[in-house]
Amino acid sequence: MASLDRVKVLVLGDSGVGKSSLVHLLCQNQVLGNPSWTVGCSVDVRVHDYKEGTPEEKTYYIELWDVGGSVGSASSVKSTRAVFYNSVNGIILVHDLTNKKSSQNLNRWSSEALNRDSVPTGVLVTNGDYDREQFAENQIPLLVIGTKLDQIHDTKRHEVLIRTAFLAEDFNAEEINLIYVLPSRIAQIQGTLLPVLPMLSSSVGFLIRS
Amino acid sequence: MSFLIDSSIMITSQVLFFGFGWLFFMHQLFKDYEVRQYVVQVIFSVTFAFSCTMFELIIFEILGVLNSSSRYFHWKMNLCIILLILVFMVPFYIGYFIVSNIRLLHKQRLLFSCLLWLTFMYFFWKLGDPFPILSPKHGILSIEQLISRVGVIGVTLVALLSGFGAVNCPYTYMSYFLRNVTDIDILALERRLLQTMDMIISKKKRMAMTRRTMFQKGEIHNKPSGFWGMIKSVTTSAPGSENLTLIQQEVDALEELSRQLFLETADLYATKERIEYSKTFKGKYFNFLGYFFSIYCVWKIFMATINIVFDRVGKTDPVTRGIEITVNYLGIQFDVKFWSQHISFILVGIIIVTSIRGLLITLTKFFYAISSSKSSNVIVLLLAQIMGMYFVSSVLLIRMSMPLEYRTIITEVLGELQFNFYHRWFDVIFLVSALSSILFLYLAHKQAPEKHMTP
Repeated sequence: MASLDRVKVLVLGDSGVGKSSLVHLLCQNQVLGNPSWTVGCSVDVRVHDYKEGTPEEKTYYIELWDVGGSVGSASSVKSTRAVFYNSVNGIILVHDLTNKKSSQNLNRWSSEALNRDSVPTGVLVTNGDYDREQFAENQIPLLVIGTKLDQIHDTKRHEVLIRTAFLAEDFNAEEINLIYVLPSRIAQIQGTLLPVLPMLSSSVGFLIRS
Repeated sequence: MSFLIDSSIMITSQVLFFGFGWLFFMHQLFKDYEVRQYVVQVIFSVTFAFSCTMFELIIFEILGVLNSSSRYFHWKMNLCIILLILVFMVPFYIGYFIVSNIRLLHKQRLLFSCLLWLTFMYFFWKLGDPFPILSPKHGILSIEQLISRVGVIGVTLVALLSGFGAVNCPYTYMSYFLRNVTDIDILALERRLLQTMDMIISKKKRMAMTRRTMFQKGEIHNKPSGFWGMIKSVTTSAPGSENLTLIQQEVDALEELSRQLFLETADLYATKERIEYSKTFKGKYFNFLGYFFSIYCVWKIFMATINIVFDRVGKTDPVTRGIEITVNYLGIQFDVKFWSQHISFILVGIIIVTSIRGLLITLTKFFYAISSSKSSNVIVLLLAQIMGMYFVSSVLLIRMSMPLEYRTIITEVLGELQFNFYHRWFDVIFLVSALSSILFLYLAHKQAPEKHMTP
């Protein structure tokens, strides 16, 4: 059991976008009934069959590290968070489609996570300016996920989708997936769960390199 | 004619204050959120604007700017508007946004928010009973009724905040209280944190694997539903699921531990930064200020105790008393009227500016700590309410710091309030707040180093 390979994936984003619900959905195959604030970091594990059905099928443990907090936290909190960013294999950036600021903050989140290795003291030196170059040479695969699509009015959906398409392109991110789940009404989940899960797992499997 | 000029000056300054409140809201408070309900921003800025106008009128009173009658008129108007906002508008909108968040009551939002507002008004009115704040000759719907109650709440807030602030300020400024934190301590805690995370992960891996094998063997994966299902689950439970609940409990305990460790590590980092800051020039300056403030704080507590024990309320303000002392004892002669005006202007100005700035900073910190994307509207409105009440009561209390000739306008406008009661009440709450802050900080300080001693 413990001999299976492990993959460490960070789940980053502003508070309230739905990271804990997303992680719970991926790992427990259920919707989180009472989401509460994540203090520090909460981890969950998913057993994933990579390249299922092929001769190279291999089972991995995917560790999803759901780091709580906001980009505007005190630098002491950021230094403490930095301890979780070691040896990361992939990053999932989550933003709320109904809240523009959470999409704008994704730049700062990814800078915080990616700059960890280059700054030994763990204290952030950048002021959050976005630099396309650093993403170009970044080896760690990124995935951008937008949540709460169901709460957006139909008329505005198109412009929101275009904006997020540009966002993912800026990051050189591999894919965008827009989830229909994460409404608060649990009764509606069962129908929407089924098509989403395999889509997500394939994208998560996509993150596994070498 | 002069009335028109005065009014236009007042309105311009109000617009300026409104703009400042708007900018503060956008750039400081709602930095990380998106403003979806502009009503909230407008209410906050309006409350801020009218509160600042009151302070502006006090300054104008001291400096003798503007016509006396137009000043009086604007005082009355401003007071009416701000009372309307604090008692009718803001509570109603708070109720409205609270009800909007609750899904069940969504359809009849207006009805329920009116009900909430009526409950608020009932308790607000009842607040006046235990306090001797009114003489019986006032009618039911007079300004004095409203302002006396707003004054009680506001003075309590002012006293609580200044009591805590008076104690906390030297505690944070002085480096004497800083615990000694080394890099080794931080690394040790971080290692513990990562070890705990690894333990959580390995347990969760076991759980995931167990669930997977159970699922593949076709055992229970859906919750037993219905009456018979519940009976069945009591008598027969697969050994796998028993194992799972046991491991789940261990995981819950470990997760709680990891949260504690995270918070402690953040605390250590913050202390380390403060130690480094205290070695800089600015840090040393603040350290010195801290000693000065601690003496001031002790003196204030002493004075509050004396006031309560000997049941006296100060009759003269510090400015006049200071001038008396210099004239009578030190024999320095100077133009009393001229200097009393300027000194009281400076003193009152400093008090106003520091209290506004202090309150805004405290509100911002408070807002960051407790708000989330769902409750941000409600919290901002609560903060606007607190801010309005705070400023109204500051006007009440500031009356004490001004010489007699400037107090008249406040006394005239606010009516026949029992000002002495408010000062006594302030002293009591200040004392209680300062002493409990000392106790609280002492306990927190004692408890912290012991945590790090345990290996």
